Amino acid sequence: MISILRSIWLVILHAFHRRETVQYPDEQFYLPPRFRGRIVLTRDPDGEERCVACNLCAVACPVDCISLQATEDEYGRRYPEFFRINFSRCIFCGFCEEACPTYAIQLTPDFEMGEYERQNLVYEKEDLLIDGPGKYPDYNFYRVSGLAIGGKDKGQAERELPPVDIKSLLP
Amino acid sequence: MSSQLIHILVILGVLVGVLSVAAGLIWLERRLLGLWQDRYGPNRVGPFGLLQVLADVIKIFTKEDWIPPFADRIIFVVAPTVVFIAVLMSFAIIPFAPNLVVANMNIGVLFFLGMSSLGVYSVVLAGWSSNNKYSLIGGLRAAAQMLSYEVFMGLSIMGVVLITGSFNLGDIVQAQNKIWFFIPQFLGLIPFLIASLAETHRLPFDLPEADSELVAGYHSEYSGMKFGMFFVGEYLGITLFSMMIVTLFFGGWLGPVLPPIVWFLLKTAVFVVFFILMRGALPRPRYDQLMSLGWKLLLPLTLVNLLVTGGILLLGS
Repeated sequence: MISILRSIWLVILHAFHRRETVQYPDEQFYLPPRFRGRIVLTRDPDGEERCVACNLCAVACPVDCISLQATEDEYGRRYPEFFRINFSRCIFCGFCEEACPTYAIQLTPDFEMGEYERQNLVYEKEDLLIDGPGKYPDYNFYRVSGLAIGGKDKGQAERELPPVDIKSLLP
Repeated sequence: MSSQLIHILVILGVLVGVLSVAAGLIWLERRLLGLWQDRYGPNRVGPFGLLQVLADVIKIFTKEDWIPPFADRIIFVVAPTVVFIAVLMSFAIIPFAPNLVVANMNIGVLFFLGMSSLGVYSVVLAGWSSNNKYSLIGGLRAAAQMLSYEVFMGLSIMGVVLITGSFNLGDIVQAQNKIWFFIPQFLGLIPFLIASLAETHRLPFDLPEADSELVAGYHSEYSGMKFGMFFVGEYLGITLFSMMIVTLFFGGWLGPVLPPIVWFLLKTAVFVVFFILMRGALPRPRYDQLMSLGWKLLLPLTLVNLLVTGGILLLGS
């Protein structure tokens, strides 16, 4: 009996509490940088595509929503010919980001991607590719890897010694 | 002639007023529950979400009105109108202000009790004709609950009737000129409050509906405006019982300074809010708890109240 009256009183007191609702479309809220939202493809600090079309993201994806085709430019630098993410399948698990060896694919704090037509949820490479380096501004895969590409030969990468001439007898 | 015209205007005014209040209660209830649960409730459509009522009305009128093939068609269609009409008829005897009453009956209280008994048929027939076990269980519960709570609902008013010596609600209000009846009849008020919750099958006594166990109880199979009839009937019931509580125990239109109709509506609003507060605050009891509360506690309480009131009146005279 007392507990019933007490609970009624406590409910009345709630009229003077702050409301917890965030009035979302009028009132935006903070999303942390590691929020797993819309997927983007980033570029390295030189403005080139980071993606090397290794297919690891497509393999890691549990719902198979990523499809891409690798190709090479004239210097042997790999890049995706097309890169397609079907966001109507994507579950935003972030496994692709974890699998990516070059920090190319990244998830961003943006979730407002509603569409009226399902076909519009299939994002092509031009929709995914952004101009900046995303969460890792200084990382440049081709400048730290030993691979020779146009404008950078063997031994010219950061923290890489020049190649040893194995035919020479001199120390 | 002109008095007849005024009477017709009063009837129309009461009808329109009561129906729009019942519709507005949908909004009020959702907003108030939101307030007590630290959220907003409907606040998008129009100022403070007031046009939500309009949106709901449009929605419920344009929804498909489907009768299940296994239902008992005639009863299925008739059942929702019964509660609606029964509750609406009861408003005829409510005195809103000194001369503002649709039917100034000298058996007003009895008429009210009779009409609220008729309301039971609606729920039971709806549960039966739906031909669905959840609906049937809901209907059975409603029958048992409303019948057993009606017993002492009638008895709890009898104290008021004894003091006044009249079944006429206008006379009952006039008799409260010196002291409102909730003080001498406090033991009648408490059972009447609880019984009015049970009679309108509002939470915490919504066992006939009991969403968590019976889907939606007796109106599981209803859709569109037939469901709307039950819905509006429920809100009409809240309004009716609030008005009855005010008339019987809180002096009806009596009050200083403000005009009588304003006093009446203000007091009614307080009890409407009380009904909604009960919904927001209390959990649903088990079925046997409901029954034992009614028969073992509230019925003896009203009988004692009746005995004491009668004894005091007898000694006084």
